[in-house]
Amino acid sequence: MQWIAAQWQSLVGVWVALPYFVQVTVQIVIVMMSVIIAVALLTLAERKVIGWMQLRLGPNRVTFFGLRLLRGWAQPFADVFKLLLKEIIVPGRSSRLLFLLAPLIVLVPALATWAVMPFSPEFVLADVDAGLLYVLALTSLGIYGIILAGWASNSKYAFLGAMRSAAQMVAYEIAMGFALVGVLMAAGSLNLGEIVRMQAGGPGSWNWLWLFPLFIVYFISGLAETNRAPFDVAEGESEIVAGFHVEYSGAAFATLFALPEYANMILISALTSVMFFGGWLSPFQGYLADDALLAQPGFFWLFLKICFFLFVFLWVRATFPRYRYDQVMRLGWKVLIPVTLVWIAVEGVLAWLRVGPWAA
Amino acid sequence: MKNLRSLLRTVFLWELLVGLSVTLRNLFRRKITVHYPEEKTPVSPRFRGLHALRRYPNGQERCIACKLCEAVCPAQAITIESDVGADGTRRTTRYDIDLFKCIYCGFCEEACPVDAIVETRIHEYHMEKRGDNIMTKDKLLAVGEKYEAMIAADKAADARYR
Repeated sequence: MQWIAAQWQSLVGVWVALPYFVQVTVQIVIVMMSVIIAVALLTLAERKVIGWMQLRLGPNRVTFFGLRLLRGWAQPFADVFKLLLKEIIVPGRSSRLLFLLAPLIVLVPALATWAVMPFSPEFVLADVDAGLLYVLALTSLGIYGIILAGWASNSKYAFLGAMRSAAQMVAYEIAMGFALVGVLMAAGSLNLGEIVRMQAGGPGSWNWLWLFPLFIVYFISGLAETNRAPFDVAEGESEIVAGFHVEYSGAAFATLFALPEYANMILISALTSVMFFGGWLSPFQGYLADDALLAQPGFFWLFLKICFFLFVFLWVRATFPRYRYDQVMRLGWKVLIPVTLVWIAVEGVLAWLRVGPWAA
Repeated sequence: MKNLRSLLRTVFLWELLVGLSVTLRNLFRRKITVHYPEEKTPVSPRFRGLHALRRYPNGQERCIACKLCEAVCPAQAITIESDVGADGTRRTTRYDIDLFKCIYCGFCEEACPVDAIVETRIHEYHMEKRGDNIMTKDKLLAVGEKYEAMIAADKAADARYR
């Protein structure tokens, strides 16, 4: 025991002695790898959960080292290796540079947004004061990749998918932005860590209670922003084949479609937890003694909350049929945006009356 | 009042929650998947799968080359040539079924006056090279010999409905 403690001490000593940029690089690599592995496991979880909801079993064949216990767990890795080894077919009359650039433009924002995510009270890659603004800016950037992918493919289905995607993203970006303005009004800060800290004090003081309509709007917009069912009109496999990624194959397909879509899902879940559900705060805070183990804040709680919202993503996909395109537009412009505007006004009144989170 | 209720239902997404509860209930229900290679669904004795040519118990071929199956085959998958055999009876010299043309309708079996050509319940078979899709007389007889017990039992089970 003592030996382990001594080893740990010396490891910490080595870590502290490292130059700053090495430390940051190591941290970034750890976060990136975690996200990518989480994406892999999420694809498996999606197929499993949707399978279970349809009374099927989902993938249960591919396994590590023939272990019966892990049946199905190697499926995402098998899929990834299959995609990476396949040929990237570039359509003859496509715009070659843009065609190959588009997947990267989609991928980079999906991963870069994690920089400002407060994982635990101690750990955040970049403690930026304008974190919320950064998040909004980067999540809007991904759409350029989708539009470019659709345009560069020189295919009508891809183009239609890209146009749909663009219109939808613009519509829901506004609702999403307004929902976050509500959070901003409650927190009085753009720093994501600060937003979490301001929610301290148990589930009753988390933002979801006072900002409930905004939470619903944010989550629905999140579904739409990630092009998930029931808002997946950009892919619409029964209408426009596969939408913007119809011409992509192999590694380009994996980086254009699979990775960013799932990384964005995780991101939206994490942001929902941070904005409305107290991020790394414990749900037992205020109900248990302050020094109880379960009342301690930590990454564990954020992880649980992310898992829950990811499950809701899959649950919704397994439940609802795809919206018709005009219904998607109607919901975005005529329902969600007015709801957020009204609630921002309500929040203004609440803040003026000094109730709820504005009591102090 | 009614309007207020419907408004509240809309605001709290009541119908969506009802839909979600259905899928959540199914999440915990028993799964109905059959683990295919290990488990198999039952197959009816009437199943129309791979063809076979049968023999009488004394070893004589049943087929008398009447060509009724060839005539009735809607996909024209059967090709028959016939001649007089060594014992002076009429026999096929060639009896080919193209499995790619065959639509597994079972008309050949229905048409056969001597129950020579039958469709067995075998449905898990494959071809590895071009030409394997032609079931020649030898191959059909071999299938019949190998599975005679099963074929006889299936025909007996179905006999009272004919």
